[in-house]
Amino acid sequence: MDVKVDLPVTEKPKLSVRNLNFYYSSFHALKNINLDIPENKVTAFIGPSGCGKSTLLRTFNRMFELYPEQRAEGEIMLDGENILTSKDDVSLIRAKVGMVFQKPTPFPMSIYDNIAFGVKLFETLPRIEMDERVEWALKKAALWNEVKDKLNQSGSGLSGGQQQRLCIARGIAIKPEVLLLDEPCSALDPISTGKIEELIHELKTDYTVVIVTHNMQQAARSSDYTAYMYLGDLIEFGPTNEVFMKPKKKDTEDYITGRFG
Amino acid sequence: MSGPTTIMARQVLQATRESKFARRKRVNAIALTLSLAAMTFGVFWLIWILLETVRLGIGGLSLSLFTQMTPPPQSEDGGLANAIFGSVTMVTLATLIGTPIGILAGIYLAEYGQKTWLGSVTRFINDILLAAPSIVVGLFIYAAVVARMKTFSGWAGVLALALIVIPVVIRTTENMLSLIPNALREAAYALGTPKWKVIMTVTLKSARAGVLTGILLALARIAGETAPLLFTALSNQFWTSDLNSPMASLPVTIFKFAMSPYENWQKLAWAGVFLITIGVLVLNILARTFLRNKH
Repeated sequence: MDVKVDLPVTEKPKLSVRNLNFYYSSFHALKNINLDIPENKVTAFIGPSGCGKSTLLRTFNRMFELYPEQRAEGEIMLDGENILTSKDDVSLIRAKVGMVFQKPTPFPMSIYDNIAFGVKLFETLPRIEMDERVEWALKKAALWNEVKDKLNQSGSGLSGGQQQRLCIARGIAIKPEVLLLDEPCSALDPISTGKIEELIHELKTDYTVVIVTHNMQQAARSSDYTAYMYLGDLIEFGPTNEVFMKPKKKDTEDYITGRFG
Repeated sequence: MSGPTTIMARQVLQATRESKFARRKRVNAIALTLSLAAMTFGVFWLIWILLETVRLGIGGLSLSLFTQMTPPPQSEDGGLANAIFGSVTMVTLATLIGTPIGILAGIYLAEYGQKTWLGSVTRFINDILLAAPSIVVGLFIYAAVVARMKTFSGWAGVLALALIVIPVVIRTTENMLSLIPNALREAAYALGTPKWKVIMTVTLKSARAGVLTGILLALARIAGETAPLLFTALSNQFWTSDLNSPMASLPVTIFKFAMSPYENWQKLAWAGVFLITIGVLVLNILARTFLRNKH
């Protein structure tokens, strides 16, 4: 599929995907993807179920490697280094490229420890600095006011929306450079969704954000760039307002106007 | 749209619905009755056993039960001190030896070797071990340890009991770890957590209630096992804390005393049964309360 993927000259690519192919055993799930993810911007992946958007996201932190039958071929350059063939330990890549999942997954420990857990993996902080970091992350995730008096209580006692913001706080506490969000609002009510969208907007000053979403309005509201995918192909990529206002491809137009998908 | 045919069709549909619903209600009533009957049957015997244990066992409770040794037949005093000490020692040691091995093997089966050849073979052999009659384990330790050392010993008893603990703990650990959703593992890996740390701090911790239940199940089982001790620890009429010599235990003492024609022995046997039952019950309650207070 020949897709024009060049970013405007004003944008600096943070992640560059080149000739990426992905296989689940023998199933060819991503077909020759070429894409640049701009730095300090929000990029949304949209498309019908099974189009490969989550699969693409999961190659950016090599999450697929947990499953031996899955494999990726091609290049994903992060700051000029191919993370697929990098000799660095995968843990170090994941420290730079954080991820938040569809369902909230609090760890079986206190709210405080949920945040401190990841930080302790890579930094040795004195107690007071750790306290500051936990507070900073929870404030960033717009959760601090709701949990500041019960930091020692279990993370699983929070509501679904609070748990998801806890997971986001946990992800940003280790100060990654890229944050991957895999349908982070699909299990949440509109109020929690609104809070998380505001958060995404704030996060892009410090992070490069990539979000997979089924919600077209969410993509239109919260992203700067949008990629439309279908059956493992990248169909169209560009600034969000262009993709939504005057899509270049008929397929994209049909999908975003709800005539298909 | 609502012509006469539609009204007719609706009436027919409603009649079918009602007859189907009546049938469902009847089936439900039958199924409920059967399951209640099955439950009553089980609970009836359980309560009877517990009542008999309390009724016959509580009479034998006294301070001397815990301070005096197993008596000769037809004497006045006597207790179970040596048997209680022997049981507590051997059961504790067997659990301490068997639990780490069981948990580690369970972790291997659930987290590392799910689909490997070695994993399948281990799982198969463990299932056989799990189903093996305990007397087989007793005879095995007799042949492997007692016959070679030329003496019955507490250590041989500990080994036999540990061999019963291991497969139970392996099985429950593996099952409980497999129930943890992959999303939780992925979330931990996504932070850059190394695999051993994901298992220790996230997966195993989430499964700890189930793993602990497995350990308690194993403990409850070996607390009452007689067969594996008959050929290994044997018994001892006197106090000993030397695990290299034959050692008394509650189940073997109960076995010996309950079969005897002597009234004082029979009374002590019931007291021993009562002690084992209460001991396992208290341990269960303690462990559960302890767990509930944590995250």
